[in-house]
Amino acid sequence: MSNKRIKEAPITMDTFLKGVWEENPVFVMLLGMCPVLAVTNSTINALAMGIATTFVLVGSGALISLLRHTIPRQVRIATYIIIIATFVTIVDYVIQAVSLELYNALGAFIQLIVVNCMILGRAESYASKNRITKSIVSALGMGTGFTVALLCLGTVREILGAGTLLGFPIFGADFEPWVIMILPPGGFFVLGSWLLIFALLKQRKTKMEGLARAR
Amino acid sequence: MPADSLTFIFLNALIINNFVLASFLGICPFLGVSGKLNTAFSMGLATTLVMLISSVCAYFINMLLVEFDIEFLRLIAYIAVIASAVQLVEMSMKKFSPALFRALGIFLPLITTNCAILGLALFQTYREYNFSQSLAYSLGAGGGFIIAIMLMAGLREKLELADVPGIAQGAAMTLMLGGILSLIFMGFSGMGGA
Amino acid sequence: MNQTSQTEQQRSYQNSSAMIMTLTLIATISGLLVVIAVELTRPLIAENQRIAVEQAIFQVLPDAQQWREYRLNNRELHSVDESDDGIAIYAGFNQYGRLSGIAAEASAQGYSDVIRLLYGYNPACECITGIKVLKSTETPGLGDKIYKDLDFIANFKALLARLNSEHSALENGIVTVKHGHKSKPWQIDAISGATVSSRAVGKALNDSTQYLLPRVVDQLAVIKPVDPAQSNGDANSE
Repeated sequence: MSNKRIKEAPITMDTFLKGVWEENPVFVMLLGMCPVLAVTNSTINALAMGIATTFVLVGSGALISLLRHTIPRQVRIATYIIIIATFVTIVDYVIQAVSLELYNALGAFIQLIVVNCMILGRAESYASKNRITKSIVSALGMGTGFTVALLCLGTVREILGAGTLLGFPIFGADFEPWVIMILPPGGFFVLGSWLLIFALLKQRKTKMEGLARAR
Repeated sequence: MPADSLTFIFLNALIINNFVLASFLGICPFLGVSGKLNTAFSMGLATTLVMLISSVCAYFINMLLVEFDIEFLRLIAYIAVIASAVQLVEMSMKKFSPALFRALGIFLPLITTNCAILGLALFQTYREYNFSQSLAYSLGAGGGFIIAIMLMAGLREKLELADVPGIAQGAAMTLMLGGILSLIFMGFSGMGGA
Repeated sequence: MNQTSQTEQQRSYQNSSAMIMTLTLIATISGLLVVIAVELTRPLIAENQRIAVEQAIFQVLPDAQQWREYRLNNRELHSVDESDDGIAIYAGFNQYGRLSGIAAEASAQGYSDVIRLLYGYNPACECITGIKVLKSTETPGLGDKIYKDLDFIANFKALLARLNSEHSALENGIVTVKHGHKSKPWQIDAISGATVSSRAVGKALNDSTQYLLPRVVDQLAVIKPVDPAQSNGDANSE
């Protein structure tokens, strides 16, 4: 047991940053796509959804990590789902208490956090194998990565689709909004474009590295 | 057409507010399992089956929850019962119809965490559908899912022959296609209007 | 039965009882957490909902300073305190505590989904005094003009909804007419380019007034005046 402890890698900045960049749940792993496309028609919705998901990730991650030695292997998935559903219910009520308007804007997608494959995936692959502090840090990283991705979509879609940022107009009155951007097709197009940009950057990076090596 | 008629509810879920392309439910399999036409079709069929089962389950659980005034447990009850119902179907299918199990079996566990299933159960509760309306809604939703995923799979099979630039291959291309399909389905909205 | 299979069986019993124990433990923990969260947020949510309803009522009944909730059940109007079965009718009271109008919900199928709205009705002028869209998923830039286009909203400042002499239906049903063709006080001037959504609003109002007004208007005496000294919303607090 003590031997195992020593082997376990310490918490570093990397534990957190991995979820934000290298293993970004949306842009790299393509997990939890439904809310990413559905609630990013404005920045504030995207931010609220990101925070709610992060809370569920951290809460369920902590509890699962705490109970990881008591949960029998055969029923682990059922247990994880119940724990996740508990935290989602809590978030659901808290958002209703904070702002009904926000609650109505997000609709059923708050409750649908339960079936976000990212959360179950993290529970299975990380929280059930790591200490509680480490699980929390990693969950925070993943949550931040998810929120950042949602914001990337939300801001672009709101600026182009409504001509506003967080509700404040940023273009003159002459600006004709690209309404399509806040409609369902816009979600697909903006996410597709972000993936294209990242693929382009990656391609360039590998090309530069190849050149450097050739020299 | 009255908004609560069975035909309207069915058509509404099938094309007007298509589950995948307008409501963004079930995006994961729509992007992930749409590479081949026949797998896509099996996936669609399995999803429709699970939708029917969970719709019936959700209808009766909700009756119970309302009876005892414990609606705040709805989410936990729905997801737990849907997951176990799917497990039961999988086991009985394995025992009684191995052929069907070979065709659909591997998709069943995946589908439990498909947001379209839970979404359907939640929406039918919010809209206070009765039993037959819930069934029409789940059939429409399942059919809509089959249409969307088959269209996508057909397009992707054709695209394999096309010369797609390196950076656009994979998810980015699929998303753009999804956008165009969604744009097309927007043309159906308004069909329910006066 | 030999030794090994017996111990195996025993182990599996132990195993399943352990499983049931753990599941019970986890169900208890999650039940506890949910109940705590629900209990803590319940007053806040009720308050939020009350504020949302109040804002909507005050918007559709411009004179209202206080409000109270009633129910229409089997053609009979009664206070919500007696029973909360039936259709919700909100009564708004002016600064003198007199009834200034009633508000009710209406809905109809719009362009993409159902549009739900609250409207205010003033029995003195026999007209609709305002609407507030509660829920709509109409296309941004087109259908959403039903709550953004000021010219369209102006339709509902005094939209005539007078009952016929027998009080069985409206004298003239509320209809939506093509943009720029409004000539009668019971007509709604549609938004050009969003005809379906405009018509849905007209249909919702017509359906609801045709049903509710003949049943409610003769019973308005049930709604007693309130004490004008009370401040906003206090009339409704327990």
